[in-house]
Amino acid sequence: MKHKTFFWFILPTFLAMFFFITLPIISVTIQSLHTPHENVLVTVENCDPFGCKKATSINHEATQNLKKNNPLGKYVGLDVYFDRGHLAIEQVKDLWSKTNNFFEFLKLTADLPFYKALFFTLTFTFTVTPIMLVLGLLIALGVNSFNKKLKGLIIFFSLLPMIVTPLIGSIILFWMIDSRGIVGNLLQILFEDPGLSLKASTFLTWIMLIVYGVWHAIPFSFIVFYAGLQTLPKDQIESAQIDGANTFQQTIHIIIPHIMPLITFVTLMQLMDNFRVFEPIVGFNAEAHATSLSWIIFNDLGGETRQLSAAATSSILTILGIIILLLPVLIKTWKEFEFKK
Amino acid sequence: MIFNFYKSTKNNSSFKAIIIYLLIFLWVLVAAFPFIWTFWGSFKVELDFFSISNWTNAITGKNTKQTYGSPFTFIGYHGAWVQEEFWKAFINTSLVCFFVVITSLTIGTLGAYALSRSNFKYTFWLLIMALIFRAMPPITLVAGYLPPFFEWNLWGTLPTTIIVLVSINQPFTLWMLHSFFQNIPKELDESAKVDGCSQYQAFGHVIVPVMWPGIITTGLFSFLLAYNDFAVTSMLLSDENRTMIPKIAAFLGTTYTEGNVMFAVAAVVSATVPLFILIMFFQTKLVSGLTQGAVKG
Repeated sequence: MKHKTFFWFILPTFLAMFFFITLPIISVTIQSLHTPHENVLVTVENCDPFGCKKATSINHEATQNLKKNNPLGKYVGLDVYFDRGHLAIEQVKDLWSKTNNFFEFLKLTADLPFYKALFFTLTFTFTVTPIMLVLGLLIALGVNSFNKKLKGLIIFFSLLPMIVTPLIGSIILFWMIDSRGIVGNLLQILFEDPGLSLKASTFLTWIMLIVYGVWHAIPFSFIVFYAGLQTLPKDQIESAQIDGANTFQQTIHIIIPHIMPLITFVTLMQLMDNFRVFEPIVGFNAEAHATSLSWIIFNDLGGETRQLSAAATSSILTILGIIILLLPVLIKTWKEFEFKK
Repeated sequence: MIFNFYKSTKNNSSFKAIIIYLLIFLWVLVAAFPFIWTFWGSFKVELDFFSISNWTNAITGKNTKQTYGSPFTFIGYHGAWVQEEFWKAFINTSLVCFFVVITSLTIGTLGAYALSRSNFKYTFWLLIMALIFRAMPPITLVAGYLPPFFEWNLWGTLPTTIIVLVSINQPFTLWMLHSFFQNIPKELDESAKVDGCSQYQAFGHVIVPVMWPGIITTGLFSFLLAYNDFAVTSMLLSDENRTMIPKIAAFLGTTYTEGNVMFAVAAVVSATVPLFILIMFFQTKLVSGLTQGAVKG
């Protein structure tokens, strides 16, 4: 394809991504280096027969002018990154010198808003991803041995948790695990504790969110692995069976290597998707016990205050996080491209 | 085919079969039961849906019968659709989804076709940029949208949100369509060009007709991305322009305090029904779409 033809074909999508992805990223970066203007204060000395008093008041006109001339706010460099709401450098240093062991240090650091969100996001990402891979593979192997009509029905129901809106899925589960809902009721009977509420404890809330994450993600790995199983090398399995390999050995030595590219693909997609975990926290009403990076951005942006600068800083830190997470994959793609040349 | 792979191993196969059946049965139950339960419960009153005294009330609808004379009531649906004007949100969602799908597919097909038929170095870089954009959570961009949208009075309207949703879905759309286009042999373009077509004519008359299945599959996923989005739409739409998902989120806060939980339940079920129908009609397309990216890298 000629350069000119290529240009006209790619132009609309390029413009869309340039104006609504690239420019916003630049804007977010600049916003993260600024902080809103403080009010301009004036000190006036009022003198009356009883003496002179100094009074401080807000000069509205000057404040308005300042905001108008510099809508971005005051340039503060990396200050917002280091403040208490984000990387909290001072607080972390302080905790490091005060605490005796590393565990205690981690525990106290986890109370700072940004680290609290970061710890949950990472825990969620690195528990949901392996669990959904294993369960998805098991289900795919199982379904593979069913007859065709039943398979269609199983796939139909399996798609539901993934296709249904994450917010709706989490709300539906939330109603069921409510202490008056059927699952919540069942758990109370099982553990013989009528006061049991999954919402009250941080640990149980995390478990609940992770269970939701796995429930939502299993269909994806199941469907992809199931498709991969349709192309299994038949002769290899037959010869392995003749050699006396049992099901487990066949799975480990033939099936897993065969679908390895698919496992890499699903892992990559899941790391991306789980790192942005957000809806279940809203759906489960769990923000008191668990917050995520996306949630703190959303929280800063919303409400009447709209703290754009704080949200921008969290956004940049989140983007850096996802880049670090995906760096191995990006380097691998780059090497493959170089190799092809 | 290895359909009977697990059956064929004879030693202790019945025990294994039971475990497999149990696992699959459990999974289908876990996947489907919450939806069936909530659908059934949406026709009950709150005392039945959230039953403290006896969980079977949720099935039999004891309190619903006492109040309305029948174990089924549409009071939740009436409250949501008429009283809380959920129909407006439904219309807004329909508009957003329709225009997002049409625009995404139009500009995405053009772009992906170009990317799949070109071997220049910038092609690779564009695809890598798209991959990085795909990995970023869309909410990280919202802080960048708000100041200009407020400044130029674009905030809160449906067209603005549609354009934003189209743009943030482009990376995904491009990758998916790109992998579909790579399945179409380049010889097809070449022969069309030999017959005297320009590149544009080859695209319009030869490639697009062959691409329809891929375009429909990608369209389904664009639809889902637009339909399911919560973070971006709830930040960019004003209260009266809300689509269904942000509307439901707003419901939750108010209905819990007013005791109108059944309104929210009815709204949630109403928003699930279109997705249910979608899976019923397009199950094979959805499955092929999910595996497409995997098989073709």
